[in-house]
Amino acid sequence: MSRIAAVTEKARQEGNKLLIPYLVAGDPGLLETVKLMHALVANGADVIELGIPFSDPASDGPIIQRGVERSLARGTTLVDSLEVVREFRQIDQATPIVLMGYLNPIEIMGYEIFIQNATKAGVDGVLVVDMPPAESTELHGQLQAAGIDTIYLVSPTTNADRAAFIAEYSSGYLYYISLKGVTGAALTDYESVRKNIEALRKLTDLPIVIGFGIKDGTSARAMAELSDGVVIGSALVAKIAKLAASEGISEEQISFTIAIIKEARKEINKIV
Amino acid sequence: MSEVKAMAFDGPDDSGHFGPYGGIFVGETLIAAVAKLEEVYKELSGNEEFWRQFDKELKYYVGRPSPLYFAERLTTHCGGAQIYLKREDLNHTGAHKVNNTIGQALLAKHMDKTRIIAETGAGQHGVASATVAARLGLECHVYMGAEDIVRQAPNVYRMKLLGANVVSVDSGSRTLKDAMNEALRDWATNVDNTYYIIGTVAGPHPYPKLVRDFQCVIGREAREQSLEQIGRLPDALVACVGGGSNAIGLFYPFLKDECVSMYGVEAAGHGLDTNEHAAPLNAGIPGVLHGNRTYLMTDDTGQIMETHSISAGLDYPGVGPEHAWLKDINRVKYVAATDSEALDAFHKLTLLEGIIPALESSHAIAYGMQLAADMDVSHRIIINLSGRGDKDIETIATVEGIEL
Repeated sequence: MSRIAAVTEKARQEGNKLLIPYLVAGDPGLLETVKLMHALVANGADVIELGIPFSDPASDGPIIQRGVERSLARGTTLVDSLEVVREFRQIDQATPIVLMGYLNPIEIMGYEIFIQNATKAGVDGVLVVDMPPAESTELHGQLQAAGIDTIYLVSPTTNADRAAFIAEYSSGYLYYISLKGVTGAALTDYESVRKNIEALRKLTDLPIVIGFGIKDGTSARAMAELSDGVVIGSALVAKIAKLAASEGISEEQISFTIAIIKEARKEINKIV
Repeated sequence: MSEVKAMAFDGPDDSGHFGPYGGIFVGETLIAAVAKLEEVYKELSGNEEFWRQFDKELKYYVGRPSPLYFAERLTTHCGGAQIYLKREDLNHTGAHKVNNTIGQALLAKHMDKTRIIAETGAGQHGVASATVAARLGLECHVYMGAEDIVRQAPNVYRMKLLGANVVSVDSGSRTLKDAMNEALRDWATNVDNTYYIIGTVAGPHPYPKLVRDFQCVIGREAREQSLEQIGRLPDALVACVGGGSNAIGLFYPFLKDECVSMYGVEAAGHGLDTNEHAAPLNAGIPGVLHGNRTYLMTDDTGQIMETHSISAGLDYPGVGPEHAWLKDINRVKYVAATDSEALDAFHKLTLLEGIIPALESSHAIAYGMQLAADMDVSHRIIINLSGRGDKDIETIATVEGIEL
C-alpha cells in the first residue's frame, strides 16, 4: 500500500479529515522549507503538497506567484525540490509528499530521470497542474509503474462524464478545485461545492479533498465537512512571505507561520 | 509530393497535435472552455454564412485585399531576385493582427460572450482586439506587461481611446509571456462570460488552428496575386516569426507547392551566440508553455528564459506548434536576423521604397534582402510586410540617440 493510501485509509477508518498544507520548495530557502514541513506535520498535517517553482505559474494567484518568485530568485531548481524531499525523509518516513507544479521543468529534466530521482527522494504523488489526463499518457504510465500516485484536478467546470474518467484515472486522492479561478481567490459559493462533491461521490470511492480559497479555520472546517479533507496553500504561503528576508528562522517564527494549519486542524477535528 | 508528406500539412490531428507539438496543456478549469471553443469552431468552419461575414468584414472594414507590391528600387539595390511585398501594413490598424481579431470576435459573438480579453506585447494585438471590441460593442480587457506599457505608450493610449481597459501586469519578467499568464488566470476566473482572443498561432488547441485559418487570407491572396501579376508561383516566401501568425498565414496556402521555398525569420537580438535573443526555433528546445508543446527558450532546469529583441512583437520565448513541426519536417527553413540587421533593413526600405516597416517585419526584410541578393534575377520572392512602423519610430530614435 502506498503512503498516501495508508494515510487516507487510516483517516477513513478513524473518521478523520485530511489536512494538506501546500508550500513552495525553496521559499524562503531550502533548509527552511524542510523545517517548515516537519513543523506542519507536528501540528496536524496528514499529507504535504510541495510546490515545484516554475517561472510561469498560470494557474496560481498573486500570493503563490510571489512565493515562486522568491524561491526562483534564490535559484531553486527541480533537483533542489527533490533534495528537500530527500532531506525531509531522513527524519519522517510516514508522511506522504505530493509534488505539485507545472510540466516544463519535468519535461526538460526528462520523465525517466525525474521519476528515478523522485522515487529515490521519497516522493509519493505527483500533480501536474497544466497536464490534463489526455496529455499525460507517457508520464502517467511511468509514474504508475514506479508506484507513484497520479493526482488530477476536477473543477466546477468539469462535466460528469469527464469527472468520472478523471476519477478512474487518478490514484491517491481526487483534488476538487472549489471555485472558478486561481489559487488564493475568494471562496464564497459553499452550496455549489456541496452539490458538486455530492455528485462526485457517486462517481468514485477515492478520497476527495477540496482546495483553492480555504483561508482560515472556519472555511477549512466548512469544506472538510463536505469532503474528506482540505488543501491550504495561499493562506500559508502568505505567512511564509514574512520570513523571506530573514537568515534562518526561530521556533517562534515557525510556530507563528504555521498557526493557520494548527488552527485548521483544531477546527476540522470538531467535525463529528 | 509524396502522400505521406502531403498529409504532414493537414494538421492538427483531432487532439490538436502537429506531430509531437501542440496539444492542450491547461488547468482543469479551462478544459471545458477550450473544448467548447473547439466544438463551436468545428461547426462554424463548415458554415458558409460565417465565412461570408468574415470576408465582408475583411473587405469593408479592414480594406482587403492588401496589395502585392513590386519593390523595384529595393530589387535593384539587392541585385538578385525580384522582391514583392505583401502589404499587410495597409490593413486597418496597420498590421496583419486584425485578420485574426475580426475572426475571433465573430466567434465570441456567436458564443454569446459579452466580455473579451487579450494579451499584448507591442500593443498591436491589443489595439486590434480593442478595435473589433469597439466595432462589435464588446467589453474588452487587455493584459500588458508593466515593462511593455512603458515601452509602448502610444499603443496603450490608443487602446484606451478605443474603450479598452489596459491591465498592467507586474509579475515575472513583466512582459508578453507574463501578460499571457495573467490573461489565462482571468479566463479561468471569468470563464462563463469571457472569450480569450489569443493573438498568435500558439496556446492550447484549437487556437493554433483557428488563428492560422483566419490569417490564411494573407497567403490565399498572395497566391492569387502572384499567379496574376507574375504569371506563376513565387520561388520563395519570407516572413518574420515571433509566435508566427503572419508567417503561417502566408505559408500555409503554399505548403503543398514543393517549388516554393519558405523562410521564417526569428529575432536574433544581440546575436544567437548570446543569451539575448528570441529565437526558440534556432536556439531553443522543445518544452511546454502556455497550453502547448513547442520549441521554447528554456534553461536546463525548465525555467522560461527572458528574451530580447528590439522588436516587442517578436520578444516571446515560445513559437506556434505548427512552426515547430514545419521545422522538424524541413518544410520551412527558420533563420534569424539581429537587431542591427533589422534596423538596417528598416532604413533601407524606408529610403528606397517610401514604406516605413514595423520592426517585426524589418527582420523579414533583412533576411529577404540577403536571400534575393543570392538568387538569380529571374527568381521572384514575396516578403510579408506584416505591419507598418509608425509605432516604432520612438524606439528607433532612442536606439540611435536621437531626441524627438
